[in-house]
Amino acid sequence: MSDARLSVLKTYKLYVGGKFPRSESGRVYEVTDSKGNWLANAPLSSRKDARDAVVAARKAFGGWSGATAYNRGQILYRVAEMLEGRRDQYVREVAAAEGLSKSKAAEQVDAAVDRWVWYAGWTDKIAQVVGGGNPVAGPYFNLSSPEPTGVVAVLAPQESSFLGLVSVVAPVIATGNTAVVIASERSPLPALSLGEVLATSDLPGGVVNILSGRTAEIATPLAAHMDVNAIDLAGADEELAKELEIAAADNLKRVLRPQPVDNWSATPGTDRMSAFLETKTVWHPTGSLGASGSAY
Amino acid sequence: MAPVFDYAPAPESRSVVDIASSYGLFIDGEFTEAADGKVFKTVSPSTEEVLSEVAEAGEADVDRAVKAARKAFEKWSALPGSERAKYLFRIARIIQERSRELAVLETLDNGKPIRETRDADIPLVAAYFFYYAGWADKLDHAGYGADPRPLGVAGQVIPWNFPLLMLAWKIAPALATGNTVVLKPAETTPLSALFFADICRQAGLPKGVVNILTGDGRAGAALVAHPDVDKVAFTGSTAVGKQIARTVAGTRKKLTLELGGKGANIVFDDAPIDQAVEGIVNGIFFNQGQVCCAGSRLLVQESIHDELLDSLKRRLTTLRLGDPLDKNTDIGAINSAQQLERITSLVEQGEAEGAERWSAACELPENGYWFAPTLFTGVTQAHTVARDEIFGPVLSVLTFRTPDEAVAKANNTPYGLSAGIWTEKGSRILAVANKLRAGVVWSNTFNKFDPTSPFGGYKESGFGREGGRHGLEAYLDV
Repeated sequence: MSDARLSVLKTYKLYVGGKFPRSESGRVYEVTDSKGNWLANAPLSSRKDARDAVVAARKAFGGWSGATAYNRGQILYRVAEMLEGRRDQYVREVAAAEGLSKSKAAEQVDAAVDRWVWYAGWTDKIAQVVGGGNPVAGPYFNLSSPEPTGVVAVLAPQESSFLGLVSVVAPVIATGNTAVVIASERSPLPALSLGEVLATSDLPGGVVNILSGRTAEIATPLAAHMDVNAIDLAGADEELAKELEIAAADNLKRVLRPQPVDNWSATPGTDRMSAFLETKTVWHPTGSLGASGSAY
Repeated sequence: MAPVFDYAPAPESRSVVDIASSYGLFIDGEFTEAADGKVFKTVSPSTEEVLSEVAEAGEADVDRAVKAARKAFEKWSALPGSERAKYLFRIARIIQERSRELAVLETLDNGKPIRETRDADIPLVAAYFFYYAGWADKLDHAGYGADPRPLGVAGQVIPWNFPLLMLAWKIAPALATGNTVVLKPAETTPLSALFFADICRQAGLPKGVVNILTGDGRAGAALVAHPDVDKVAFTGSTAVGKQIARTVAGTRKKLTLELGGKGANIVFDDAPIDQAVEGIVNGIFFNQGQVCCAGSRLLVQESIHDELLDSLKRRLTTLRLGDPLDKNTDIGAINSAQQLERITSLVEQGEAEGAERWSAACELPENGYWFAPTLFTGVTQAHTVARDEIFGPVLSVLTFRTPDEAVAKANNTPYGLSAGIWTEKGSRILAVANKLRAGVVWSNTFNKFDPTSPFGGYKESGFGREGGRHGLEAYLDV
């Protein structure tokens, strides 16, 4: 025996309701690197885990959607700060997960952190960009403002384990939704580690819930769940996407169909935010005096 | 309460409308028979008189219309926006010119009072075309990128409650953005869409840009499922909306749905009672309550319940039900025998479940489909009349004590289309409006529409918005 120190392995756990439970099923599956070497045992989430995550996300929705956009922005920025501090860890995890060189993995992680900062800045601007005042023909004013649609199930992209993940999670919560996220099936470890960052970034428990396991197994009850308001099918293949979209019709979930993404590094538009926003238009009488109606 | 004096009849002349004895489908700029020669009759709900015989589209006709729209798409979408704008302005102007004719026609075919078609429906129809005409050459300013592209062929299915207005909501933004359309009006109200086809001809609209297929749900289903349709827009029931969502699952078709509602109209104890009563009446008895955003659940603060109900009942006794062509008529006919049956059965269920029914005493005409303005008191959230969309002149009255309770009750529905708030306190309006899960919130008013304002629901009231800048998104590749 050499006297080299034996490293401490990490037990990867789910992130649900601000806590780190194992799967209630007690199951795990082997996660390997791109060469097939064992990396860790990740929780193999069950339908029950998915339902628990929805309960946690619903519970968190009132507080998170009711927080000021400024506050949400600060918390998202705090997440970016924490990610930056753990940069080396994510570089290692992404390199192993996706079989990338250290420098390529570092590019992915840096882009993910920058992406998170980008969305942090959107929280208090999106309403100004997609909302507005409407010049109605009559003695009324009305205002259209965006509001989060509610609990969003997110099937994270399968290939891009961290940048792809951040690119689909951040826009959902930036606008005040809460999320149940299914990590990349083959490469779930960066996602599970993201939970540790979220837990220490002032993000209220339940705003983001992260599950690992078989995407189809977890997504099916989420797509059919009557208390889920929307679903992002980024991580679904064509066949699964269709099946889930049909299930989602039962309560008319908002569905974001899988969009081909050549390059997760490209700056996104606002589409991933507006896909999970409702527009509320509030009317009020003004009486007959217009802005220019007074003589002075 | 007997009226102090009666009104003399003031019927609008129907001579301004020339309804042909039969109509074909409008495909590729021509009126044509259905491929299998099928027809159906459209009747006037207030008299049961047959107005005309209309072609019934089948799958072959749907295919033909989609092909025509596809062919027209290439040129239409390539036109400069300023040219498309001028066509839409022409249409808007012709609608204004023919407004009296269209109002009478709509009243005959739908059963709603001429007061509403003349003062609400048709002016709004023109306004929506006018509004979207102006967008056609300004799409690069709409916030969807520098050069937003149309989707292609839009398949549109609309309901019978606002036949021409729903057509305008669908066709105006579709054409402004460069799409071509195949539209299926409702089976019981096909005529104004066919008159609109004639307006397209008068406006010189290129052939195939607008196609109108009359028929029933089967034609609608075939249109929605047609593989060469790029965009589906539907207004109607939540059940059919869900079916459509399943049909387009896994396809590239873009979908917007405007579905049912069970709107809460919340009256706080400091509300101006007389104005609130007018708003409540407008909220649920406009168009005989056949309105998806109707304020069908009245939530009254407990302390003013009795006072408000007295005023409301007194007001309802002054509503005049009868000939929709009479300019004094407030309440017209229910659109169809089938809808009347649905309303009747839900009201019977309300009584059976123990809610207390009150209907305004009024004489119902012998022919046609009629339902007296009705309200239920003593309603709880569990009652069917508080949960199901009745789509008729039936108001369910519930009470609350605190704003939180009002919000909780208002949101206790799978729907989320509309809501009303009546209070003199501005901060309360904003606080409550913030918490309501509904796409349109009217405060100290109700049932107001305007082309500049996005309209559409949360939750199971559908997705997407119609109207305003937001309404463009449904027809653009964004």
